[in-house]
Amino acid sequence: MALSRPPYDEMNGSDGVRSHYRTFAQWLKKTPAEKLQRKRAEADALFHRVGITFAVYGEASGTERLIPFDIVPRIVPANEWQQLAAGLKQRVRALNAFIKDIYHDQEILKAGKVPADEILKNAQFRPEMIGVNVPNDIYTHISGVDIVRAGAGEFYVLEDNLRVPSGVSYMIEDRKMMMRLFPELFAQYAIAPVEHYPDLLLENLRSVAPAGVNDPVVVVLTPGSYNSAYFEHAFLAQQMGVELVEGADLFVKDLYVYMRTTRGPQRVDVIYRRIDDDFLDPKAFRPDSQLGVPGLLEAYRAGHVNVTNAIGTGIADDKSIYPYVPDMVRFYLGEEPLLNNVPTYVLRRKDDLKYTLDHLSELVVKEVHGAGGYGMLIGPAASKAEIEAFRARIIADPSKYIAQPTLSLSACPTFVEQGIAPRHIDLRPFVLSGREVTLVPGGLTRVALTEGSLVVNSSQGGGTKDTWVLER
Amino acid sequence: MLSSTADKLFWMARYAERAENLARMLDVNYRMSLFPQGPQAVNQGWNALLAISDLMGEYHSRHQEITPEKALAFFAFDGSHPSSIMSCWRAVRQNARAVRGALTAETWETINSTWLELRTMQASISAGGEVSTFFEWVKYRSHLVRGVLRSTMLRDEAFHFTWLGTYLERADNTARILDVKYHMLLPGGEGVGGAVDYYQWSSVLNSVAAFEIYRKVYRDVITPRRVAELLILREDMPRSLRHCIRQAYFHLKEIRNHQSSETERRMGVLDAELNFGRIEDIFEAGLHEYLMSCIERVYDLGEGVSKDFLVAAAAA
Repeated sequence: MALSRPPYDEMNGSDGVRSHYRTFAQWLKKTPAEKLQRKRAEADALFHRVGITFAVYGEASGTERLIPFDIVPRIVPANEWQQLAAGLKQRVRALNAFIKDIYHDQEILKAGKVPADEILKNAQFRPEMIGVNVPNDIYTHISGVDIVRAGAGEFYVLEDNLRVPSGVSYMIEDRKMMMRLFPELFAQYAIAPVEHYPDLLLENLRSVAPAGVNDPVVVVLTPGSYNSAYFEHAFLAQQMGVELVEGADLFVKDLYVYMRTTRGPQRVDVIYRRIDDDFLDPKAFRPDSQLGVPGLLEAYRAGHVNVTNAIGTGIADDKSIYPYVPDMVRFYLGEEPLLNNVPTYVLRRKDDLKYTLDHLSELVVKEVHGAGGYGMLIGPAASKAEIEAFRARIIADPSKYIAQPTLSLSACPTFVEQGIAPRHIDLRPFVLSGREVTLVPGGLTRVALTEGSLVVNSSQGGGTKDTWVLER
Repeated sequence: MLSSTADKLFWMARYAERAENLARMLDVNYRMSLFPQGPQAVNQGWNALLAISDLMGEYHSRHQEITPEKALAFFAFDGSHPSSIMSCWRAVRQNARAVRGALTAETWETINSTWLELRTMQASISAGGEVSTFFEWVKYRSHLVRGVLRSTMLRDEAFHFTWLGTYLERADNTARILDVKYHMLLPGGEGVGGAVDYYQWSSVLNSVAAFEIYRKVYRDVITPRRVAELLILREDMPRSLRHCIRQAYFHLKEIRNHQSSETERRMGVLDAELNFGRIEDIFEAGLHEYLMSCIERVYDLGEGVSKDFLVAAAAA
């Protein structure tokens, strides 16, 4: 695939191995290939035994796959992480302020910074939330912000995942695996720990219980064991020591939520839900949902239970809203954004549409409501026929799409069949919003295992790497 | 704990126990079919096993005739009916996966790796491997799962529901094993001895790992009456009805709630009857009738547990 410039290599600079990778590079050189091969096999066997697998939609029932794990870590020097962390906190604070505003006074619409009908006609906008006060005004309790690097010090936010971002269990399991496979490396690096994430999460969830609840009961709500992220739901519930529930385990009575236990009903105060808004409450949203809890929305609106993330956060991570995030930072915080947005063409705008249609072979075109790497066109990698087919889809309904220049995602050395070769990566740190905004130093690094590919999603053959944030 | 979690633990344990007992019966049947005897006798053994498990219909909808190979394949690996070892273990693993948060990591990993290995075992048996190795393996994995459970799990509700399931299932299975053998071996009352008889009764003992125990307890020849006594009334025999009900009763009392008193009372009655029962009385009333009523009562207790803890607590 032809890219305008060679990708930034996380390990190898133009004048040799970058300083933060030097120790690793020496270790790699000394370690025989057979040992690495054996360790990889060991990792696979362990992941299978522990059941760190995911179900693939559309494949025969019961099929479970591993997300490929790569043994070359992504190393982030301390100064780069500080820059990233500050930018992430700032961005999430602004996004949270935006959601609160949208469901209350809509100042940003009045100020003309975001066109009102982008919001009010958006499928992710939940009128049910207007005027609802949520505990501590927090909506985006858990955010997974996808970051890519184009060059030295040049980070871009690819998207803000504010609904039910997943992957944090892989961040932790990848770390445990690396420590198990290569303990010697950990002695040579000062790697910031990430395994306390569930503690932070629990503290965060307890801190947003409805007012007046002293010892809140927290649960994790999962769609069930056939969901592709079920492992993570079970993992987080277990690590936090709270119940993992399905919709059928909960019921609402007199505007309070209870779970059915062997000793009768028990009040539930905070629901960390891993189910989309649409399926959360068949009385309020999709009536055919078997996964939800009838009456939950009313209990939530009454302030008797908190739901994290809040209902209606999708309005802030929608791809059509993304272009406005830098303005949100300026509007709500009065600060200049620390993290870049990728320049984005919004195809409902005539000028942007024209430019995009003229430059399809250079651009990435995404469906506004798409996720998981489905429904996108990567211009430079697409054939003429694919481009023309996509052109027809865009013309049929331009407002469904946005376009961005093809970023040269950075690459990280990765163990593939031919040996160690660079593959494109991104990074999803997890930002927690409670009494304060925090994040563990690290995140999930996803890697596109196919040569030249920019699609890192696990549903499309992406893998993961351990992410080492260095403490010094 | 969540009713749905208790339900899954209860069934996880029941299926694991069922898989083990199935492996035990299959192993013994298979060994028996190697003794010099007519095809009719061989058939009779497999027929008995199909009857025990209420699977005659399922079997004949798949196979016309009964052969050791077909019967083994049917009982061991045929995942298309719910009663094979394969299906039982699939259910164990599915239930465990759904409640892995309620299990220790070691318990879950033992269960999960058993399921993963089961597929490998299947492949090696299809490739001509020794089936007895497979049955041994199922038994060992079952021992392993129980051992990990017992030595790693907190003594909380999850633990008690797991063991309640284990013992109710084992009580049911022991009663069935005894009933079908008795029925098959002794159509007309007390048997007459002889070599075949000896092997058949010792096979009953073997299937519940009780051959050595019998020798130790009775130091005498094997008679049906004593076998029945051992498997019904001996409290120190870990697979006997009495032992199973006593244990189940203990675990039930540990988890009692506001609506479980009737189930507890019934289990207590059964426990007392087994405690004070005499084998002579049982034989006088008819062993088959006695066992059938035990199976029914155990079933009824399972339903009671379900109603008291697993479903009814749900209806608010």
